[in-house]
Amino acid sequence: MEKVISIEKALDKINDGATIMIGGFLGVGNPPTLVDALIKKNVKNLTLIANDTARPDLGIGKLVVNKQLKKAIVSHIGTNAETGRQMIAGELSVDLIPQGTLAERIRCGGAGLGGFLTPTGVGTIVEDGKQRLVLSGKSYLLEMPLRADIALLYAQKADKFGNLVFRRSSRNFNPIMAFAADVVIVEAKEIVEIGQIDPDEVMVTGVVVDWLVQGKGGNA
Amino acid sequence: MDSKEIIARRIALELKDGNVVNLGIGLPTMVSNYLPKGVNILLQSENGFVGLAPVKDVDPDLVNAGGQPVGLVPGAAMFDSCTSFMLIRGGHVDATVLGGLQVDSKGNLANWMVPGKMVPGMGGAMDLVSGAKKVIIGMEHTAKDGTPKILVNCDLPLTGKGVVNMIVTELGVIRVIPEGLGLILEETAPGVTPEEVIAKTQAKLTISPNLTTMKL
Repeated sequence: MEKVISIEKALDKINDGATIMIGGFLGVGNPPTLVDALIKKNVKNLTLIANDTARPDLGIGKLVVNKQLKKAIVSHIGTNAETGRQMIAGELSVDLIPQGTLAERIRCGGAGLGGFLTPTGVGTIVEDGKQRLVLSGKSYLLEMPLRADIALLYAQKADKFGNLVFRRSSRNFNPIMAFAADVVIVEAKEIVEIGQIDPDEVMVTGVVVDWLVQGKGGNA
Repeated sequence: MDSKEIIARRIALELKDGNVVNLGIGLPTMVSNYLPKGVNILLQSENGFVGLAPVKDVDPDLVNAGGQPVGLVPGAAMFDSCTSFMLIRGGHVDATVLGGLQVDSKGNLANWMVPGKMVPGMGGAMDLVSGAKKVIIGMEHTAKDGTPKILVNCDLPLTGKGVVNMIVTELGVIRVIPEGLGLILEETAPGVTPEEVIAKTQAKLTISPNLTTMKL
């Protein structure tokens, strides 16, 4: 099956109100071409699951400035003043989640697990509304899996089956999110023929990748 | 020597050769500038690697957890965010150095939000304090207006409960006794008396019988 599609075809799959996961950490590893196309299409009322909201002029931070989000599920918003402003004004709902818990919730969502127990956040406001379990004398919070309708990811290299290779710190949440959405769209900086990536070098199997988009180059 | 340098220099002496260390953004980052000769540590960055080094050539794909360009040491390793927090939560990070808004007599830490004023989010801080083997807080002893930051009880939302092992300020070094049993003043900065530290601390400080001058 042909997975490489145009950016327009990829965007057709994203509609108002969707829950989307976007890889990246402070812009690094955001899929720049997909994010810019998302801004152009001006899809609204999105729920964003990502590590952070980058900066106002960088990566997914631009989605906040363009008021396309109704909710952000992230670990950090401190680098984007507009996120904080919209949150305080009641225009944007923000769920702040400890970064390791966010990553593991997404992993659970993609791994068929019903949740996990973590010591992170015990005795803090992160515990509010959650079940606390004490096992062998240690306290844990029960954290639930996270999934999305669509994942928009960035890879350094993909073959046409969707096997992925990431580079440096642009990897971050991208490999985990590849398992945790109904539709997974990957922007690759380079797309090569099947067989051109050594199986031992593949970081995420193409089994979980639905569509590939050729990146226009450049960063978030 | 300014306050930040005193704090960073003293914390650097706590780190042992071969330690895996996560340094928070800001003052904690300065710690790596003052490591004694022969002490090599491996810096972990929660966005997905160990082996962080000062930047040489800017690589847009390689930043620290504050988004700033960095480099890598030979032998560095990159990984995804889950693996990064397996290292952190799993007890594979020997020490973390973080800033603090408040620390209290039970080792509780508040450093991620001021309700109504500043809500940046906790990032990786809550995982770091729950998983790192040693949690060192480097901060100025009082707020800019002189208000104590080392309190009987934190009144800001907590980052972690009973997680702090050691507090280093420009005035001294305070160790947290496990199980919420209080704080011990172990060192004072050159020219600082224990009385001055006590006067600027709301929490009760026990003066160590082995009180020394802060090594810098």
